[in-house]
Order: sequence, then C-alpha cells, then structure tokens
Amino acid sequence: MTQYLVLIYERESGYAEGGPELFQEMGEAHARFQGQVAEKGGKILGGNALQPTGTATSIRDDVVTDGPFAETKEALGGYYLIEARDLDHALDIAKLCPTRFGGVEVRPIMVTPVSAG
Amino acid sequence: MTGHPAPDPAVSAAVAEAHRREWAFVLAATARVAGDIDLAEECVQDAYVAALGAWSRQGVPRNPGAWLTTAARRRALDALRRDRTLQAKLPLLIEPGSSSGTGSQPAAGPVAAGAAAGTEDDVIADDRLRLVFTCCHPALAREAQVALTLRLLCGLTTAEIAQAFLVSEPTMAARVTRAKKKIAAARIPYRVPGPAELPDRLDAVLTVVHLLYTTGHTAPAGPDLVRADLVERALGLARMLRELMPDEREVRGLLALLLLTDARRATRTAADGRLLLLEEQDRSRWDRAAIGEGTGLVTGALRGQAGAAGAARSGRFVLQAAIAAVHAEAPSYGETDWPQLLRLYDELLRAWPTPVVALNRAVVHAMVAGPEAGLADIDGIERDGRLAGYRYLPAARADLLRRLGRYPDAARAYRSALDLTTGDAERAFLARRIAEVSAGPPGAGQPE
Repeated sequence: MTQYLVLIYERESGYAEGGPELFQEMGEAHARFQGQVAEKGGKILGGNALQPTGTATSIRDDVVTDGPFAETKEALGGYYLIEARDLDHALDIAKLCPTRFGGVEVRPIMVTPVSAG
Repeated sequence: MTGHPAPDPAVSAAVAEAHRREWAFVLAATARVAGDIDLAEECVQDAYVAALGAWSRQGVPRNPGAWLTTAARRRALDALRRDRTLQAKLPLLIEPGSSSGTGSQPAAGPVAAGAAAGTEDDVIADDRLRLVFTCCHPALAREAQVALTLRLLCGLTTAEIAQAFLVSEPTMAARVTRAKKKIAAARIPYRVPGPAELPDRLDAVLTVVHLLYTTGHTAPAGPDLVRADLVERALGLARMLRELMPDEREVRGLLALLLLTDARRATRTAADGRLLLLEEQDRSRWDRAAIGEGTGLVTGALRGQAGAAGAARSGRFVLQAAIAAVHAEAPSYGETDWPQLLRLYDELLRAWPTPVVALNRAVVHAMVAGPEAGLADIDGIERDGRLAGYRYLPAARADLLRRLGRYPDAARAYRSALDLTTGDAERAFLARRIAEVSAGPPGAGQPE
C-alpha cells in the first residue's frame, strides 16, 4: 500500500456565502466520504479541514507575512492522508471527496528507499 | 566484440522485421517479469542484438517473438538475481496472480510477477494492452503519452521520436524520463482498466494512436521516412488494438478511420507538391482495398446501433469513420451524400461537442442548405471564441464568401487564414485563392 496526500482546493467565496447550513451539509458529506473510502478498500490515516486563508501566515526567507504562500483562485482548504494500492485506487477514492467549489490534487508521499542488506 | 563478420542480410532483415512486428509483445511480456520498464527495455534491446548473432549461427527461429521474449526475460531474471538493489527500487506495479493478496509488498513485485507468470491467470489481458493503457494513463500529459507509446510499443529510439515531433533529442529524452519517473513515483499500476473506467481510458488510447497518425499524415510532401513510418506505426497499433479488443466498437471505429483516411494518401498532393482538396483528388487512385476494409468495419460497428432510446449511441471514432466512409464511397465530390453527412455530423457533435466538429459540420451544412446557412453557423462558432487562432475558421468563412461572390470579404478572410498558416503547401493554396478573388470571378485572368 502507498500513501497519498489528497489536497482539497476550493473557492472560499462559496463557503462564505453558504452559511451554517452549507457547513453542516459538507460535514455530513465528508463523513459519508470517509465511510466510502473503507468500502473501497482504502484507509484514511488522517485529515482535517483548514481555517480560511485569512488566518494563514507565511514565512519566506525568514520574513513573516500575512496570508497564504501563493494567492490562487482556489485555496487550499483541507487534506486527507490516505493509503491505497496504487494511483488508480487513490484516484478512485479521491474522486469521491466532496469538493463543491473546486477539486483535489493527489500526490504520493516521498518514500525513502529500503537500503539493500 | 571485434572480429565478428557482418550479419547475413537475410538475418538482419529478419531481426528488423521482428523489431517492427514483435517489439510491443516482447517488451510487454518482459516488463511483467522485470517489474521495471527501464530494465525491461534494456533486456529487450540486448535480446535483439543477441538475435543478430544467434540467428546467423542457428538460423531464424520459426517463432521469432517467442525466442526474443525468452531471451529478454532470462536476461531480466538474471539481472534481478545479480543485483538485489534492483528489487528494492519502486518497481512497475504488476497485478499479482488472482490467488495472492492485494500486492501490499511492492518489493515483492518481480517475485509476485514470477509467480503470476507461473499461473498465467491474467494472461487473458495481453500484456500489450497493459502496456498501452499504462502509456496512455491520464496522469501523464498528452505529449508524454504519445512519446511513451512510440517508445514502448513501437520501439522507436528517442532520436526518431524527437525527429517526428520536431523537438530536440534532449528535450524528448527528458520528456520520456519524466514520464517513466511519474509512473514509478505515483505508482501507476500496470493493468487494463476495469469496466467502469474503460470507456474514458480507451478513448485516451485511441486519441493517442489517432494523434500519431495525423502527425505522420500531415508531414510535408517529400521523402521524410520517419513521418511516413509514423503512419505505419499508427496503423499497426490500431490493428493490434482490434486484435486484442475485438468487441470494442470504438476500436473498430479508429481502425476504420485510419484506413479510410489513408486510402486517399496518394492523391493528397499533386506531382508538384501542391495541396489538393477533396474535390480535386483523383478518386480512381484511392486505395479501394483499404476503403473496402474500412467501410466493412464501420458497418459492423454501426450494426445494432438503432436510434431507439436506451440503445448505446455510437462513439466519436465510429462516427468519424462513418463520415470518412461516406466521402470514400461517393464516386465524385458532386455526388457526395451531403444530407447523410449532415446527419452524421449532428450525431458527432452530440457525442463530441467541440468547436472544431461544429466548424466541420458548418461546412457540410453549407453544402446542404447553401453558403448563408454555413456562414451563420460560423458566426456562432466565432462568437464562442475557442477557435481564435485556428486557421481553418477564417479559411472556411472565406470559402463560403467566395462561393457567394463576396470577393472583397473573401479576400480579407483568406488573408486572416494566411496569417495563421505556416505550412508551405497550405500557404501556397491560400495565396492562390487570394489571387483568384482579388482578380474577380474564377476564370478571369490570373496574375502569376
């Protein structure tokens, strides 16, 4: 099994305009997603929603600034660390991740090679 | 080694023929054992070199593919035994035999593959299919898919692929290396997709093969062996897909489309290199055997595709082939069944709603309902904006304006098209048209 990070990118305006009902709905959708991952033979090792980019602080060359590292149309809003057999399996799982205002990136975790005996 | 006599030309020819026919088969089968594409490529290359010597001494084997596969696989197993660090690399993910588990120990890849080779449980999916679906995985950029397909399924060298796509060899080498690294690092599995994913994944494979064909097909006139070779490779791949997936209609559609398009190859340019339009081509020189085979495939693929609700509609390759078949069967341009073409384009636009298809449909619409109807369609496509910079849009508009006798407007549109056109033959054609419409109605004295 391989570990992949599923990064969730979404337009924050969608959530800002949605209010608490939307939040509730998305919470339920994510709970459903987590169940579906197990059904598909994958595993969620961790994950979190992130607070909006307004709360972010970045550091570059020791300089601390307000805001996310890169200003993008869709902002990083959350992540899941999953375990899957291979990329097809990971993509199959990631497609189910609720992302009403954007999409996901699927990136394999760096693995240090096992040194030969 | 020194002192080897030059190989017998018959043996060289046999090895070259085996390279053309068997490369995909041998590489795919070796990849399964090697568990790694680079190792597999090396072993296959070595096997072909060894064949030159061995077949000179022992004669050309009755089944060259089997000989080469055995030789390459043996080399791969030897390499893995000798060098344990190779086993620890992130290998090509081979689906283990159906009896084993979920392949949770990647380092056991080659070993599991060895076991699977013993049971040959999933021999049902020919390894060549696994290879082509891996090369055309959506996680790889289109140009990487194309390069990898040529490299792994056709055995073309990096230099040959670079030449075909007019990029430098280092650029192409980097592209291939990046793609292989992506396959290993992201762990793209070596498998034929399941039924749910198959339609989209197959569409990608067919698109790549079609792209290979059109890249070779639009080569400038004149002897350019690599580009002509691309056409042959694309046809070879299409035939391979037909052999391995005989029930897939879209696969039949692609092969038919290539055959029907290629049937016109001899007539696309005049002796002086001038581009010839469909209406100017000498249909007696079209390849009737290819047309017969192509139309047979189209008929077979369309059979049972009733328009009734619930029946599966035809895919875009079958429809493109059907369109090509209508042209191929018309005894002359004037006798083309334009209404049937329009019906087919309506279907194609439904299956494949892109502005290029809409433009081609507009040209046919004009043949059925007059140039004004086509112009109205083209206005709509232009407003859509996605074809800005696409030279055939102003060219099509210009042609319709010319047919309506609106020569100054036509000249303007032809000039817009010329600004967007780089190929010599096409530029010459547009320049001639500009001269025609600037001089007045066709037939009036033409400036040279």
